[in-house]
Amino acid sequence: MKNKIVTAAEAVAAIKDGDTIMVSGFLGTGSPEILLDALVEKGVKHLTLIANDGGLRAEFTGTTDKGVAKLITAGMVDHIIASHIGMNPDIGNGALAGTMKYTLYPQGTLAEKIRAAGAGLGGVLTPTGVGTIVAEGKETLTIEGKEYLLELPLHADFALCRADYCDAFGNFAMLKATKNFNHVMAMAADTVILASEQVFEIGEKDPDFYQVAGVYVDYIVKGEKPWQI
Amino acid sequence: MADIKARIAARAAKEFKDGFVANLGIGLPTLVADYLPEDVHVVIHSENGFTGLGGVAKKGEEDYRVINAGGGWVTHMPFANFFGSEESFSIIRGGHLDATVLGAMQVDEEGNLANWIVPGKMVAGMGGAMDLVVGAKKVIIAMQHTQKGAPKILKKCTLPLTARKCVDMIITEMCVMEYKPEGLTLTELHPEFTVEDVRAATEATFIVADDLKAMEEK
Repeated sequence: MKNKIVTAAEAVAAIKDGDTIMVSGFLGTGSPEILLDALVEKGVKHLTLIANDGGLRAEFTGTTDKGVAKLITAGMVDHIIASHIGMNPDIGNGALAGTMKYTLYPQGTLAEKIRAAGAGLGGVLTPTGVGTIVAEGKETLTIEGKEYLLELPLHADFALCRADYCDAFGNFAMLKATKNFNHVMAMAADTVILASEQVFEIGEKDPDFYQVAGVYVDYIVKGEKPWQI
Repeated sequence: MADIKARIAARAAKEFKDGFVANLGIGLPTLVADYLPEDVHVVIHSENGFTGLGGVAKKGEEDYRVINAGGGWVTHMPFANFFGSEESFSIIRGGHLDATVLGAMQVDEEGNLANWIVPGKMVAGMGGAMDLVVGAKKVIIAMQHTQKGAPKILKKCTLPLTARKCVDMIITEMCVMEYKPEGLTLTELHPEFTVEDVRAATEATFIVADDLKAMEEK
């Protein structure tokens, strides 16, 4: 079996300027902090970032930046594709200053666009956004009398995900509200990096112990920690 | 102000039936949970990925894995279930949510809703709002009747819409309005106000229900 366990620095080494990355997390909860730290340390530029939101800045958490806010604070993101950016004012200010661009999708649409990319679908039809500015430039289909927007798949070069535990093959599980975008993002990128709090040996636990198939995962990084409140 | 919010939240709580699955927006809508009768058990859905939201977590008892959609530390009920965003929004769009309570910047005669963006101002993003108002079986707008005297219930929304024809009911400190086949209808009036007061604070044309009721005094 191929060894997937690497250090955080090794895992992010192939991410380069201009890449598109997706990072799981909801206002930082469920984000792989050790991978984000390693990426900031490496210091790539001009990323397109796909994430639910802009994470939380240190002023909000009272300690350090949480989630993708680390990448935004470090000036590494040119374009964010998200559903909500209001909790990280750097994005709105960056857009005003012309240093950063954003694209917004409804949260459910964002999840389905990512899932579509991972599931080999040509897109999804959603009633969300019909008759709003979200529909501008998009095809509308009427099915059994109801209007739907055609939303296209959203794919990335890299996905950075977080697990509570996994095995050395990459089968993984997330607890409570850390799940959010982890599963769909692990399906929708060329290279998937998983940071996990615990890593078990293959066969150490019953297969039903895990929620997501390890076939999606390319690299596993040990040492993800609980967020200190 | 606290009284007005309590009045609106208490009235919205009456729309909930035992066993409802509901999503409450941040702010005033969150207060609705505090006014549910003891025999009405509601499963609160949190769009970041669970059903069975509890309350605000006590200081020192926070679980770093459990936040609400506003990023606050919360608790969960014993019957809670946690899932990914794809499933969270399948619950919303798939018709598994009985009701949602949200605030609004503007609502109009046709039930169009605007509550996510003001052109020229800093954009926050729609988050889950567009999915919620399209997917929930009942969309209740809980808000103050006017924005510092300026009507919010309009003939036609001027701000970009969150969704078309999605609102079922409006609850304010002045009254309750419902969208009926014959049009926007005033169904309950708070004793502090007259129908003329409501007309003066409302740009939209509305019908007064034949059986206009008094909104519970609070």
